[in-house]
Amino acid sequence: MSLVIKDLHASIEETPILKGLNLEIPKGEIHAIMGPNGSGKSTLSKVISGHDDYEVTSGSVTLDGEEILEKDVDERSRDGIFLAFQYPAEVPGVSNANFIRAALQARLPKGEELDAVAYYKNLYSKMDVLEMDRKFTARAVNEGFSGGEKKRNEILQMMMLDPKYCILDETDSGLDIDALKIVAKGVNAMRSPERGFLIITHYQRLLDYIEPDHVHVMSDGQIVKSGDKSLALELEEHGYDFLKEGELTNA
Amino acid sequence: MAQSSILESTPETPTQFPTWFSEQQQQAWADFQSLPMPSRGDEVWRFGNLKQLDFSEFTEKETSDIHFQIPSLPDGVICLPLEDALQSHSDLVQEHFMKSETRLGSAKFTALHKAKVKSGLFVYVPDGVKVADPIEVSHVLSGAHQTIFPHTLIVTGKNAEVSVIDRFSSANEDDAGLCIAVNDLIAGDGSKLTYCTIQELNTSSRMIQVNVTNVGRDAHATAFITNTGAQWARNESVSMMTGEGAHSDMLSCSIPSGTQQYDQRTYQHHASPHTNSDLLYKNTLYDTSKTVFSGLILVDEGAHYTDAYQTCRNLLMEDTTEANSMPGLEINADQVKCSHGSTSASISDEEIYYLCARGIPPQQARRLIANGFSTEVVERLRNEKLEEIVLQAIERKFALV
Repeated sequence: MSLVIKDLHASIEETPILKGLNLEIPKGEIHAIMGPNGSGKSTLSKVISGHDDYEVTSGSVTLDGEEILEKDVDERSRDGIFLAFQYPAEVPGVSNANFIRAALQARLPKGEELDAVAYYKNLYSKMDVLEMDRKFTARAVNEGFSGGEKKRNEILQMMMLDPKYCILDETDSGLDIDALKIVAKGVNAMRSPERGFLIITHYQRLLDYIEPDHVHVMSDGQIVKSGDKSLALELEEHGYDFLKEGELTNA
Repeated sequence: MAQSSILESTPETPTQFPTWFSEQQQQAWADFQSLPMPSRGDEVWRFGNLKQLDFSEFTEKETSDIHFQIPSLPDGVICLPLEDALQSHSDLVQEHFMKSETRLGSAKFTALHKAKVKSGLFVYVPDGVKVADPIEVSHVLSGAHQTIFPHTLIVTGKNAEVSVIDRFSSANEDDAGLCIAVNDLIAGDGSKLTYCTIQELNTSSRMIQVNVTNVGRDAHATAFITNTGAQWARNESVSMMTGEGAHSDMLSCSIPSGTQQYDQRTYQHHASPHTNSDLLYKNTLYDTSKTVFSGLILVDEGAHYTDAYQTCRNLLMEDTTEANSMPGLEINADQVKCSHGSTSASISDEEIYYLCARGIPPQQARRLIANGFSTEVVERLRNEKLEEIVLQAIERKFALV
């Protein structure tokens, strides 16, 4: 059981960004993708989630054997894909509690109503893990949230929706060390043999708190190097200069 | 015998009504006949649809269909059908009945209302008395081209408190009806008066509603308008802050769809110092619907330390909708805080994508956002029971679009 990306090519407004990307994330594993700006990391996360600004020109993405590229964004989410956004949207007028509730309701069979009491109990317990104040339930989704609050809110949604595969797009950006530790705590609490993670990050720092099984380097729309967690340390020390020097050792 | 048009039939005031009332009806009929029809050049009808004002096909409905749901009332509170109050409390009704001129364009039609009105609600809450639960009134329109002229008159004494909700609906989906309603709200010193309307007529019907609120010293009045029905609805709302320290909330939530048109005109009149008013009108437009909002804040000379706010927000659910906003203010005093503004926006693709990325289907995501947009103004009612009733009406509409 895994999320398998095969020879994925994708463009935005005719400009190719992903150029034959291959990656397999089995359940139970945490994979990290690192790479310089503009290498296509965020595009990869958007393409997997189904953002319609991106056109997939060839390749496949299968979730436990099932092709998802033809499916709509909401359907992919219900199938078990979760993307924690780098820049989560603000949704004025919709309370956080109602938003998460609607997302859970969308997963129930038609005619079945979510148990409100159990829902709030669950929500509050997850918020406690993330050290989020209860007032965030009544506030409009991400509206006026600080950068750190938005990221915590992403992790809260991830914990509530119980996805099969989680993609975290630069969740560490804009976080101070305390917030980073709390976010890592949420992610680590969700580590399970039943769940795979893809963590996109610029910095090794996050990986001190969320220990990856595999680290990949992305450059110009492809995975150009893969290794274990020591690769992240190596990158931290030497940077991405090796990419220019042509010392490419493909995975 | 074929009934004649409301434009031609002279009023027949029931004989049991007081003389002053029948005289006023005769006078109003004369006024109606002499007042000009609104025309293209009238500023208060700018962007308005004058074609909707042809009422020649309409006849007067013989009997009114009004249902009252009256909570338990403390001693001294008068809550009666207007026709009963005219007989039992003639002086009290006369003191307050339609005392203000109609300023926002429908003078001719308020004269028609005055000439023809036979039914409605009269509420009087004496000094210091508080009515806990809302008084609910339901007006049902039935029969082809039938017209009703419901009147709501609410008077609160010093430090009294009351809330009233008027609901307008149609007996069936087809009959084109006409409702010309007038509400007079007189909030006595230190009182709290909350009035709420829900207009859910069928989409063949038309509605004119003229609301005049008079707010006394340190009193707090709230007038809330909900529009989800009718082919065309025109709301004219005036709030006059006559007493020092008066506060007025003017709120509206409208959700037009199909070819529905809502035309709303407002007037926040600050006649005394230290008064404040806060207006928030929200429209959520679907299909090829159209709205007009025109608001004026007037701060009289001497009405210093006035705070006045006026906001109209339009959520455009389709790019085929049309929302016209004309905010305005005129300030003749010092130490005044005023703001006015209007916005029109559609839901951004990024918002929809975000909600969809959590598994919410796009249609539902749009509804969730639209619902949240409306809920924001409903919560300003700050009255749980009324909020619940209005939110149910909004839900009924969202289920259809």
